Amino acid sequence: MSRQSNRTTDKKMSSELFTLTYGALVTQLCKDYENDEEVNKQLDKMGYNIGVRLIEDFLARSTIGRCQDFRETADIIAKVAFKMYLGITPSVTNWSPAGDEFSLILENNPLADFVELPDNHNTLIYSNLLSGVLRGALEMVQMAVDVKFVQDTLRGDNVTEIRMKFIKRIEENLPAGEE
Amino acid sequence: MADESLFEFLHLEIVSHIFSQQSGKGEMDNKDRAACISVLEAMGFRVGQGLIERLTRDSPSFKDELDIMKFVCKDFWTRVFRRQVDNLRTNHQGTYVLQDNKFALLTQLSNGKQYLDQAPKYLAFSCGVVRGALSNLGLESVVTAEVSSMPSCKFQVVIQKS
Repeated sequence: MSRQSNRTTDKKMSSELFTLTYGALVTQLCKDYENDEEVNKQLDKMGYNIGVRLIEDFLARSTIGRCQDFRETADIIAKVAFKMYLGITPSVTNWSPAGDEFSLILENNPLADFVELPDNHNTLIYSNLLSGVLRGALEMVQMAVDVKFVQDTLRGDNVTEIRMKFIKRIEENLPAGEE
Repeated sequence: MADESLFEFLHLEIVSHIFSQQSGKGEMDNKDRAACISVLEAMGFRVGQGLIERLTRDSPSFKDELDIMKFVCKDFWTRVFRRQVDNLRTNHQGTYVLQDNKFALLTQLSNGKQYLDQAPKYLAFSCGVVRGALSNLGLESVVTAEVSSMPSCKFQVVIQKS
């Protein structure tokens, strides 16, 4: 029993380590760049770099194969990937009629624990790393997707909402002579 | 609950970002490299301060310096780097050497002497974390790290007497 409870606090700690480290990064970027736009761009870029690697970790640890459609992709992102890496399960809503766009609603955003945005950073998208991660990871499974934050609790909205839009399937360019 | 691999990837990105920013300005000399290291260290310092605050919330107060160091080696290390320090040595004059034979942030990099020259940039953040933690426990210190063969690593903590 005691071992069990120890495990959960360990996990909680590692989450705090991640959250605080992420906070230190955003603070540093705000010092390095003059405007929030640049910071957002940089966070997205770093997220992308993480995403293209994280997908391998994800595919190796989960037993998930290729998705048949975008709905299945959405489910796996929300129920498996977010659960595995951040310990939360966002809800999937607001499907577009064509089924190529949906929203992830985050009740509580682990990246934004202990965070308060000062007034002079109202265009900063604090958790923009996440959009980069999602974009990068999906690109590695041949999906070009547009990801952006449309609502953020840090900026006074009721929930945090990430909007994902499917753009196109990336053709696999295999070198000649390979299966 | 965030997964540990997420932290590892983030750490790698932070290191490469801080360094690419400097090297974008041209040739990198030792001074630039030291500047990057100190930026990383400062980021770690802040994180260490935050972590120790939350970690010691329910623990009884410490008897002395050695008691604090033991706490750092056991509880703090386990929570942050997911294992205990393997060996703690001290000269009883404020210098401590903490040896970790499988340091979490080095295990993915190399097993041996390859990439040894790259090691300092991947340790600066952790040095800062340790210094930050000690600082909020009332000990001003200088923390340096030394690697002779990855993934084993020695942290030297020198307490500054005021």
